[in-house]
Amino acid sequence: MSGSILFEAIVFLAGAIICVSIAKKLGLSSVIGYLFAGVLIGPYVLGFIGNEGEDILHFAEFGVVMMLFLIGLEIEPKNFWNMRKTIVGMGGIQVGGTMLLSYILFALLGFDWKVALVISMAVALSSTAIALQTIKEKGLMDTTFGTSSFSILLFQDIIVIFMLGFIPLLSSTDSNASAEKHSDHTNLLESLPIGFQTLAIIMSVVLIIVAGRYLIVPMLRKVAKTGVRELLIAAALLIVFGISFLMEYVGISPALGAFLGGVVLSNSEFKHELESTLEPFKNLLLGLFFMAVGASINFIVIANSPLTIGGLLIAIIILKAIVLFITGYIFKLKLDQNLLLTCSLAQIGEFAFVLLSFAFGLNILEQEQMDIMLVITALSMSLTPIIGIINERFILPRIGTKESVKRPMDHIAKSQKIILVGFGHFGSTIGRFLRSHGVEATILDHDSNRVDFLRKMGFEVYYGDATRLDLLESAGIADAKIIICATNKINVSKAISKIVKENYPHVEMMIRTKNRYDAYELLNLGHENIYRESLETSLTLAKDVLSKMGFRKYTLTRQVQNFIKYDEDSLRRLASEPKREEDYIFKAKKELEQQEKFLNQDFKRGIVEYDNHWDSEHIRKALNKFNEE
Amino acid sequence: MKKVLVLFSHPKFEKSRANTALVDHIKDMEGVTFHDLYERYPDFHINVSAEKKLLSQHDIIIWHHPFYWYSCPPLMKQWIDMVLEFGWAYGPNGDALQSKTCLNVITTGGSREVYCSEGSNSYTIRQFLRPFEQTANLCGMNYLPPFAVMETHKLSDDDLIKHANKYGALITLLKDNLSNIDCNGFSFINDIPKLNTT
Repeated sequence: MSGSILFEAIVFLAGAIICVSIAKKLGLSSVIGYLFAGVLIGPYVLGFIGNEGEDILHFAEFGVVMMLFLIGLEIEPKNFWNMRKTIVGMGGIQVGGTMLLSYILFALLGFDWKVALVISMAVALSSTAIALQTIKEKGLMDTTFGTSSFSILLFQDIIVIFMLGFIPLLSSTDSNASAEKHSDHTNLLESLPIGFQTLAIIMSVVLIIVAGRYLIVPMLRKVAKTGVRELLIAAALLIVFGISFLMEYVGISPALGAFLGGVVLSNSEFKHELESTLEPFKNLLLGLFFMAVGASINFIVIANSPLTIGGLLIAIIILKAIVLFITGYIFKLKLDQNLLLTCSLAQIGEFAFVLLSFAFGLNILEQEQMDIMLVITALSMSLTPIIGIINERFILPRIGTKESVKRPMDHIAKSQKIILVGFGHFGSTIGRFLRSHGVEATILDHDSNRVDFLRKMGFEVYYGDATRLDLLESAGIADAKIIICATNKINVSKAISKIVKENYPHVEMMIRTKNRYDAYELLNLGHENIYRESLETSLTLAKDVLSKMGFRKYTLTRQVQNFIKYDEDSLRRLASEPKREEDYIFKAKKELEQQEKFLNQDFKRGIVEYDNHWDSEHIRKALNKFNEE
Repeated sequence: MKKVLVLFSHPKFEKSRANTALVDHIKDMEGVTFHDLYERYPDFHINVSAEKKLLSQHDIIIWHHPFYWYSCPPLMKQWIDMVLEFGWAYGPNGDALQSKTCLNVITTGGSREVYCSEGSNSYTIRQFLRPFEQTANLCGMNYLPPFAVMETHKLSDDDLIKHANKYGALITLLKDNLSNIDCNGFSFINDIPKLNTT
């Protein structure tokens, strides 16, 4: 029944579409939808997918690689360097602590020490795919919880290299036997001494960094010049495939390599192109990955020893949770952030599949032990979103930063309510200025540390995702006069603007945008109050440059006003132009062309020359001309 | 020796030949503080306490400006409105400017002839400057006749140099104490004997 590739594709796609849309309708994470779809189409329920589930799993792991590449793109090298202490510190404590506790657990259960050690390694690793996908979906990547989770996962990606190197040392059989059994794990380095292996690993990391600068970026420039869109997609895929291949060749986790590649390219002009190109691939592959995990849950094994598996599953999750909670506590995470961290990483991750089958190949594990652990891994991954929901719906509202706190109505400003979304660098300035005029904006923010601080300062703050209508409603959107979107995430602003326009059209919206392209979009959605964050600051700087060169300050001040007016007018004119063929992929090139056009116009217009106010020379010439006539 | 504060306001100084010549000649003179209001406050946000301090450090206050629409440019009016505070410059205890000397230095496009009852501007410069004169009076300052460089559109470079030299000579006189008596009967300080000895 499951022979044809087309049929399989149909099964996976249909399963995904049905289950994920149901999950989303119920307000659950898409991960649950995918996992459930996997169980449903898997060999034990509908039986559409047979035992090839594991091959698909292997293939779909590529989604994780792409995800880390994309995350790398968002982290500039400097920020990555700043995170080093968190990565090593939190990651080290988490992996060390979990390994120790689970080794004790499995040793007490009577497992051989080698088996216990291998299992404890597998248990220590969490699922990058599930945790990060959930975090990104909720837009929590820049919270303390988000960065902590990411740091720990990154450390695990690094440490797994050493684990894979260490496991063969536990094997009593000779390496030839293992090679026969698991040929896909032999690589270039296994035959080399440890020193060379390390050297090769370092070399390949250096290679990625150098190639990123001097090979990949020039290649992308060439590709962009051709103007053929699909070539850029091909190039993006080639980069990720290339890095993964290299990494697998020297025995490093491809995900880690892809992450490094992403970091190297995060400063390049192709950042956004790569992001938008790879995003759909990543999402589909991750979806496939989650479905494969669901499909790989072996219900026969569960039926054979339900108590063992259930017991171990609960024990492992609790054990991981305890270690994570302590780690978070040591690193001074606030209780609610810590609980989020604890719940999102308390599963065994996809690396366990690799480690366990590797150890099985080396005859360290027995078939039954491996099967049980694989089932527990898949189950623990499937349980993560559910634990997360329990935490968010039932535990978090009771502790830590609450969504809202009651506060006496003390201000006249209540009658003219202002809602301020986002209290970062931009929003805080707005909030401070409003407050200095006795106007208390109601603030919405998703960083709980900041929320607590603001509450201490006496602000009325709501904590959570501002794109949720119910949160906006509890913040009082119905009575609001103005809502200010000061977040730097244009998607959040767009989502809010849509919800507010649909449900509360009388509320005026004032929106921060990064650049003119976001401004175009918002203008076309019918928003008038658009504030480009880069416009006035850069003009102020330019004004000061000219002033230092000897131009008069008052003239410059007036010219800045002229420039802003001119630029705003042209923005509105261009936004209202009918959309030509929008070629987002070569946006960077387009932007340059447009800049050039603007510069030419400025030059032709000669704004400074038109300004003849108070110019006696101008009057003199006119008078002379008049007298001559 | 008295100290001179030149409060200069010109919204487009870079385009003014006449004022460039005048200012270049006097701005670095000893005992003269040249205070370029449009350069200092391009956004019209005047630092009142700094201005008061500056005033208190000087004896001669010169309002130097082009004569636009029979008055001063807006920033100078803003300066007068904001700096000459009640209770400081005038009113009870408002004696901070008491017995300082004050005058306008102006540049005009029109000639002396057009500024009279028969001329196209109907009134004299002195009449147009009444608000400044009374402002000075209310603050207890001695108001002197204006120094005016007129018909600026027609002035040659040599003419401008002569005017600038005269402006410099005036400031030197002011520093050495020029009394109201020296100016009696003159509509323009340009014409007083002490400045026209040769």
